[in-house]
Amino acid sequence: MKWETVIGLEVHAQLSTRSKIFSAASTAFGAAPNTQACGVDVALPGVLPVLNREAVAKAIRLGLAVGGKINRRSVFARKNYFYPDLPKGYQISQYEIPIIEGGTLSILVDGAEKTVRLTRAHLEEDAGKSLHEDFHGSTGIDLNRAGTPLLEIVSEPDMRSAADAVAYAKALHGLVRWIDICDGNMQEGSFRCDANVSVRPVGTDRLGTRAEIKNLNSFRFLERAVEFEVRRQIEILEDGGRVVQETRLYDPGRDETRSLRTKEDAHDYRYFPDPDLLPLAVSERWIEEVKAALPELPQAKRGRFIRDFGLSVYDAAVLTAGREIADYFEAAARGADAKVAKHCANWIAGNLSARLNEEGLDIAQSRISAPALRGLIDRIIDGTLSGKLAREVFDAMWAGDGDAAAVIAATGLKQISDSGELESIIDEIIAANTRQVEDYRAGKEKAFNSLVGQVMKATKGKANPQQVNAILKRKLAG
Amino acid sequence: MHDATISMLSRQLAEKRLSSVEITQHFLSRIKALSTRYNCFITVDEEKSLAQARAADTLRAQGRAQPLTGIPVAQKDIFCAKGWLTTCGSRILGNFVAPYDAHVVERLNGAGAVILGKTNMDEFAMGSSNETSHYGPVRNPWDVQTVPGGSSGGSAAAVAARLAPGATGTDTGGSIRQPAALTGVCGLKPTYGVVSRYGMIAFASSLDQGGPMAKCAEDLALLLNIMAGFDARDSTSLEREAEDYTRELARPIAGLRVGLPREFFAEGVSPDVARAVDGAAAELRKLGCETVEVELPRMRLSVPVYYVLAPAEASSNLARYDGVRYGYRAPEFTDLMDMYKKTRAQGFGAEVKRRILIGTYVLSHGYYDAYYIRAQKLRRLIAADFAEAFKRCDVIIGPTSPTTAFRLGEKSGDPVQMYLSDIYTIAVNLAGLPGMSVPCGFDTKGLPVGLQIIGNYFREAQILNVAHQYQLATDWHLRAPAGAE
Repeated sequence: MKWETVIGLEVHAQLSTRSKIFSAASTAFGAAPNTQACGVDVALPGVLPVLNREAVAKAIRLGLAVGGKINRRSVFARKNYFYPDLPKGYQISQYEIPIIEGGTLSILVDGAEKTVRLTRAHLEEDAGKSLHEDFHGSTGIDLNRAGTPLLEIVSEPDMRSAADAVAYAKALHGLVRWIDICDGNMQEGSFRCDANVSVRPVGTDRLGTRAEIKNLNSFRFLERAVEFEVRRQIEILEDGGRVVQETRLYDPGRDETRSLRTKEDAHDYRYFPDPDLLPLAVSERWIEEVKAALPELPQAKRGRFIRDFGLSVYDAAVLTAGREIADYFEAAARGADAKVAKHCANWIAGNLSARLNEEGLDIAQSRISAPALRGLIDRIIDGTLSGKLAREVFDAMWAGDGDAAAVIAATGLKQISDSGELESIIDEIIAANTRQVEDYRAGKEKAFNSLVGQVMKATKGKANPQQVNAILKRKLAG
Repeated sequence: MHDATISMLSRQLAEKRLSSVEITQHFLSRIKALSTRYNCFITVDEEKSLAQARAADTLRAQGRAQPLTGIPVAQKDIFCAKGWLTTCGSRILGNFVAPYDAHVVERLNGAGAVILGKTNMDEFAMGSSNETSHYGPVRNPWDVQTVPGGSSGGSAAAVAARLAPGATGTDTGGSIRQPAALTGVCGLKPTYGVVSRYGMIAFASSLDQGGPMAKCAEDLALLLNIMAGFDARDSTSLEREAEDYTRELARPIAGLRVGLPREFFAEGVSPDVARAVDGAAAELRKLGCETVEVELPRMRLSVPVYYVLAPAEASSNLARYDGVRYGYRAPEFTDLMDMYKKTRAQGFGAEVKRRILIGTYVLSHGYYDAYYIRAQKLRRLIAADFAEAFKRCDVIIGPTSPTTAFRLGEKSGDPVQMYLSDIYTIAVNLAGLPGMSVPCGFDTKGLPVGLQIIGNYFREAQILNVAHQYQLATDWHLRAPAGAE
């Protein structure tokens, strides 16, 4: 039987507010345990939550960016369960009425554009952390993270492969950073994915029983976990078994998922509206204010890059993966035509990205500024540099030897495009290689290449190859 | 001195005839002498109180005194007060020293009032007799074999026994008004949102409201002037301009329409209580008020509605007492779940457990709609009944409690009977209205009867006006129990 994979993702994006969602304590990462937990976070008797409006504004930003519906009235509810790192014994979340409903995100998989629908996005608070090391026989509790604002972004089950899931997660990751609501740091847990995975026979509409996979803190883990889980479920079904609805944990060490809890021992969270918080009202004016402060969104920018610079869909997607790379491209391609823009795109996605990766730098930290890269590209366009020479100049620029003009002046790395100079060099080569000339005239193409090689050697590679070809052909024909 | 009202003490302080240290010392020595008899206080700290009194006298000497500067006020042990043991009447907070001040405490401290001690109360404010306190029952100063009511029973008894000129209380279903009635003192529950709940340990968040308790309406107004006010730390606190609650006290009440809900005088009310309340209505007519009959048809549903909503909220509010971060932790346990179970089994009393169970049940999957959602709908209808009634009258009066003080142990085995003692007060919390209780007579056994006065939203000044005018014409509020002289 042929199987179809169905995936929906739940992403918890930590909102990059200075203070927590219901208290004034700092959200900075990495402080000594419990130094960033105030009375509200510790859940002292008598304390009360006060909503951080900055967290709401960030949720609205996402709602606008995905074209979702921003509910004018949403409700905070209590999700009740006991856990040592959950100080109140309940988590404040949004349940029946979330702040954002609907919206879409477009992804690019194997060159094809796909739309993933969003179910909802709701605000909630993070829990603390249990520390099992260093406390012989006991567990330590660090409440620094307790109360950090989260936006849980839930997708519809619109993805059909691990590649889809990764593309969606990356697109969302890019978007939350683009609109500056989340720092996207997956190691620190700022952007966490849970995947709902099921399989069904191709051609059926009904969803199979799903497993929810937790602990996917990298795109690679997401991909591996989904692939493993799909294999596991298909094996069960092909052996005539039944998939159990359960929560599974991905273990990167063993590259497998394993059962955490089944539906039977799922909690009854006893949700009810939090009486300490009034329903959240979002005014038209507030939405307009947030909208006015929103940057141009990736999709709009992508369209513009294609329209204004004639970029391919693929290039446009690569160059809008993040705001920094898009800004860099725009700065480099200012006033460029399609040809120059294509060069810019290739250089940024190629050599520049490779160098940045090697050194672990963000594009904003690039050793070559966007105008400097453009200066280099302009020298290619005007024929001063061949592709090979340009790479050498690029390396020198990266090493800090100045801009393209300075490197060329200092090293003489430039093409000999002066046809007079080239013609006399070629005349000398023809005169000194009568045998190859005769061979060529006798129809041996190889002899031509040898002559070109001689010219390049004589010019130390600085001759413009097209020009050499043309002059040689003309002279040998004559 | 201890028979004096707060306004009298305030005047004497202003005239330098008394110092705060003298007043505080006087009440502290009375507490020392009588505390075993009434068990009003859970914590008394003479040094702390006297230090505040000395600071108040300094303020006064510097000419920076306000009306309450130097006045000792007992704090219900539900309010966090920095450096004070704050138990909420429970074993589970038996070692909890609050690291911060509740808004109410902060305001009273800021006004120069002296914390006279922390008063006994039903555990987590769950009770109508003060018998659920882990620290033992409070005795009613009018008859130590009877209960003082609850949950603010310690505050009520302290004022009644002249151990404090005033006290704070909280009222979720009648916890200020019912004990005030049973001990012959005055107590006011403001409109929901007028007094910040910050630092007031939560029982049922959508119903809880702090308020003052004292000997007379004028004192309540003075205390409320300080206790009320917007607090950004409580999202349900209402952002309104500050009011002077004394401003209408002197206004004549002739022409005022006083509503008498038929349901308040139906079966269940004891004849003695009915007679005293009728007498009060007659007195108000003598003062020129017009009494009109009104209806609150769905008031009878208020007890069942309350006993769904309040336990639901409580079951969640009390989840934080888990032995992990502060408070009581069972000394022996095998694992985390066992620690939770033993801590909560040993830390909470029977009534608190009963309500946690009820609340957990009504919020459970499959029962939520049938209980919680229906109760919320009825809550709105009960509020609508009041809105209808207030079209026909300015204030509503009736009994605060169907009976006078009952005997210790009389109802503690029968929760439903106990719950019914709040039948006249609960609807006011469900609607979020202001209500108060003032003494209006005695039963045949000499136990005090309370008159409840209910106002429209934010009309605290008006019910205080009615109460004050009534108290100018009567002297029920001046009577002190024997043994408290």
